[in-house]
Amino acid sequence: MAQLESSFKNMVLVLSAITLFAAVTLASVYTLTKEPIAASKTAKQQNAIKEVLPAYEKLGDVEKIAIETGDSLNVFKAYDKNNQFIGAAVESVSHKGFSGDIKIMVGFDKDGNIVNYSVLEQKETPGLGTKMVDWFKTDKGNQNVKGKNPATNKLTVNKDGGEVDAITAATISSRAFLDAIHNAYNAYAKNSDAPGVDGESGATHVEVASTDSVNLNDIN
Amino acid sequence: MSNNSNLKVFLNGFFKENPTFVLILGMCPTLATTSSALNGLSMGLATAFVLLGSNVVISLLKNIIPDNVRIPAYVVVIATFVSVVEMTMQAYVPALYDSLGIFIPLIVVNCIVLGRAEAFAAKNTVFKSALDGLGMGLGFSMALTLLGSIREILGTGKIFGFTLYPDRYGMLIFVLAPGAFIALGYLIAVMNKLKKA
Repeated sequence: MAQLESSFKNMVLVLSAITLFAAVTLASVYTLTKEPIAASKTAKQQNAIKEVLPAYEKLGDVEKIAIETGDSLNVFKAYDKNNQFIGAAVESVSHKGFSGDIKIMVGFDKDGNIVNYSVLEQKETPGLGTKMVDWFKTDKGNQNVKGKNPATNKLTVNKDGGEVDAITAATISSRAFLDAIHNAYNAYAKNSDAPGVDGESGATHVEVASTDSVNLNDIN
Repeated sequence: MSNNSNLKVFLNGFFKENPTFVLILGMCPTLATTSSALNGLSMGLATAFVLLGSNVVISLLKNIIPDNVRIPAYVVVIATFVSVVEMTMQAYVPALYDSLGIFIPLIVVNCIVLGRAEAFAAKNTVFKSALDGLGMGLGFSMALTLLGSIREILGTGKIFGFTLYPDRYGMLIFVLAPGAFIALGYLIAVMNKLKKA
């Protein structure tokens, strides 16, 4: 069969047909993969929450808490079987990374001590800044932040007068990581179950955004 | 036209016209995603799938696509396959998808894919185009895996995640961009030597 002539009609027809076919293909693949994509995102988030919190019975509502940086962080509150508040996981972000934003999940117990953290997303230099994934939970020198309380401990790198050892050759990434911890604590301190914000004081009002309507997929 | 010539078409992509070492095409993903052997391999396989698919479809359509709009038509076909790969990876291998990041959608502009469509699939039969796409794709995967392995071994002391020696002895430069250029340069030199021999 000879090649179709490049007349205006032929060109329009063929290109339209090809794009239409492409659109149908993409729409069907999108429909097929929509659920698995959402499920894997939710699973990733749920795993991170489990990793950073002490054993809990159930998770409460998600609070969206605005902090000074203009970000709005998700706070996942955890309760034991007697419905006592035992801590919260905060999905935090820092815009001060060496390349791009750093997203972490930080768990606090009910007194505001850091239980654990998990790095959700970072694009730091491989081999240097990427060490943050384990660095700040390794017991060596002063690099461990687990068990520390951002309210009483000075959680900045020792170059800035703080008490945390920065990652070797990655001070900017370390600063950004601690900035994310700091943001997380600010959000945590404003959640409705945090110490000092309980019902008795009654004075502190927190902007509590939608609860059920927070779609886990939007967070990522 | 015997089996022999089909085999030749298939093997073309591995040595004689290896996209990375001989044609020096598609350098962007080559340098950026080969920080580990696994990343290199998966990037290569994703590209191979796109190459195979686009070569077959373009070869099928070669007679009904008017000459003046062939490039836009090819790009639409290629972009469709890339989006399919992207969504599939995001759904079933999210960890890999995260580590390859922007380079999956960028397969659309990989010169190998459009290059093979224009240079081979538009002039040959469907079967030969499939063989060419597969050969080129696997040749590209082989090159990327090799480069990724070298960088991972020298940079972190691991291969496919298995530790060979403690990573404090690793040369960090091989994980970073300059190491990619150095390793690629030596690989091309070795390939040239082998080809002459």
